[in-house]
Amino acid sequence: MKQNLYNYILGIADNSLILGQRLGELTGHGPSLETDIACTNISLDLFGQVRSYFQYAAKIAGDNRTEDDIAMLRKEREYVNVLLVEQPNRDFAYTMARQFLFDVYHLLFLQKLEKSKDLTLSAIATKSIKEVSYHERFSGDWIKRLGDGTEESKTKMQDAIDGLWTYTDELFHQTEADKAMVAEGIGVDVTKLKETYYKKVNEILEEATLEIPESKWFQKGGKDGIHTEHLGYLLAELQYMQRAYPNMEW
Amino acid sequence: MSEEQIKNLEAQFEARIARDEKIEPKDWMPEKYRKTHIRQMSQHAHSEIVGMLPEGNWITRAPSLRRKVALLAKVQDEAGHGLYLYSACETLGVSRDELYEQLHSGKAKYSSIFNYPTVTWADMGAVGWLVDGAAIINQVPLCNTSYGPYARAMVRVCKEESFHQRQGFEIMMKLANGTPEQKELAQDALNRWWWPSLMMLGPTDAESIHTEQSMKWKLKRKSNDDLRQQFIDQTVPQAELIGLTIPDPDLKWNEERQSYDFGEINWDEFWQVVKGHGPMNKERMKARVGAWEEGEWVRDAAMAHAEKKQARKQKQAI
Amino acid sequence: MSDKKNWPLWEIFVRSKNGLEHRHFGSLHAADAEMALENARDVYTRRNEGVSIWVVESKNITASNPEHNGEMFEPAQDKVYRHPTFYDLPDEVKHM
Repeated sequence: MKQNLYNYILGIADNSLILGQRLGELTGHGPSLETDIACTNISLDLFGQVRSYFQYAAKIAGDNRTEDDIAMLRKEREYVNVLLVEQPNRDFAYTMARQFLFDVYHLLFLQKLEKSKDLTLSAIATKSIKEVSYHERFSGDWIKRLGDGTEESKTKMQDAIDGLWTYTDELFHQTEADKAMVAEGIGVDVTKLKETYYKKVNEILEEATLEIPESKWFQKGGKDGIHTEHLGYLLAELQYMQRAYPNMEW
Repeated sequence: MSEEQIKNLEAQFEARIARDEKIEPKDWMPEKYRKTHIRQMSQHAHSEIVGMLPEGNWITRAPSLRRKVALLAKVQDEAGHGLYLYSACETLGVSRDELYEQLHSGKAKYSSIFNYPTVTWADMGAVGWLVDGAAIINQVPLCNTSYGPYARAMVRVCKEESFHQRQGFEIMMKLANGTPEQKELAQDALNRWWWPSLMMLGPTDAESIHTEQSMKWKLKRKSNDDLRQQFIDQTVPQAELIGLTIPDPDLKWNEERQSYDFGEINWDEFWQVVKGHGPMNKERMKARVGAWEEGEWVRDAAMAHAEKKQARKQKQAI
Repeated sequence: MSDKKNWPLWEIFVRSKNGLEHRHFGSLHAADAEMALENARDVYTRRNEGVSIWVVESKNITASNPEHNGEMFEPAQDKVYRHPTFYDLPDEVKHM
């Protein structure tokens, strides 16, 4: 098996999986019907991507595991999503800030992944770019609305940005699989996305009349499978059926 | 207007409906027509959005990614349907916020079936198959109802609903054909959802207060008992097909009627749930009120932002 | 609640494909035009129903009053000379 490629795909797909799951928690509980429908759409886009990635990963693994086995039957330490996407839906400001901070990265990443020598990954990227461009616009608009809305919304949005900022640097850390895949012309060199990322993020924050956090201390670990305490509970739900009723088809 | 003039208008109005003409929002209509429509359409809308909750309950725990996206899309559709129906209500001069307030204060009703809990994954199958099945029987005739905006909303709803029941039946079928444990899940869900689904089609004709007027206005095309019979007759063979047993010892094919005879429905339970004593009434309202109240600062912020933007635009223009 | 500013109502028009006109699809709530467009996309084109969307705030639409339908529309009913069938032509005349 091409272990590096397999790990590399998981690194991409787990982000969409965990973020999609977080958004799925909100369906039926949004601040307005229209917003509810929009957030569910983002969740559906992400799960669509996840399925493409994991179907590909299953093919590479070649050990009869399915997309669902890969998505739902790994242990806590085997999930390699960034810490940012597993953060809970504290309130709508957190949900949108998390979305925005990930979307900006996600789009930059996919635009490079589209040029991958791996044709499957490149094709998934091409399809996902359209979806994620919309996500970025949607979440960016909400950053501006809440940042430059009422006093209350500004405080809440600033809190969310401040609270989540510490998880942004990890987006640009390279794993072993990353390095190997970059060397083969398959992977994206995420270190090179960092500058553009903060430039874009800062522009929107400024437009939203929000302060750009000054903190230079960043959390990391997700890419090595060392997560915040939040992930365990998310996985408990995600995996519940597969664990309680093993080896069945649904 | 004199009483006679009103009577005259009413007669013309009824004649238009009898001729299958549609009534549009700005047309003259009897006050009772307006009120009845607001009540029925908003109840319908409330049912859609409260109905998101029991199924939303399993989104994060769906057993496969395929099931998860289908369920997400289905619950999302319900939000859409609620939205179409609230919009139809708004054409009669009542705002969505007012309608929410009626729901949240307990003044407005929604379909009682959503006050039952979704206990296992199989309930996603049973709800889709039975609850959506019963809903479709109710809804299809409404595509032809007399009030234009309601009819148009229902056309859209019915078109989109077509995958919902299939989604549910497929879940049930897979379980029924699966391991013994899975089959037990399916049977258990059918046992719990069968009777509430029959109740969902409304009280027996003898007890139903609105039927006659509603028939005239094409808000209703068939009586509750007829709809119930139709539902039973079409669902029993489906259960047999996948090897599940309808939990009714009195269920028997009646050769003469070419229909199924069925057992006594526990109407006492029905009315208790309607009155708020179902297992999940309080939870459902808590969730709806919670989402609305927690969303208030978000909605306010969006309005404040829109106004600021507008003001900036106007300033630039000067 | 009355002094609260709720999201206004918008009417949504969707072009299903190029070559067809925009058609009224329904309405929804949004704080501003941009949000109305975004919401319309997610509410009314989830199943690939559109290639173009118009949004108009409902209060900006002026509608004719059905009470005036008589004077508005009935005078057009007897103007049969506006229709081709009003004119008698011999069958031999083709392509007209």
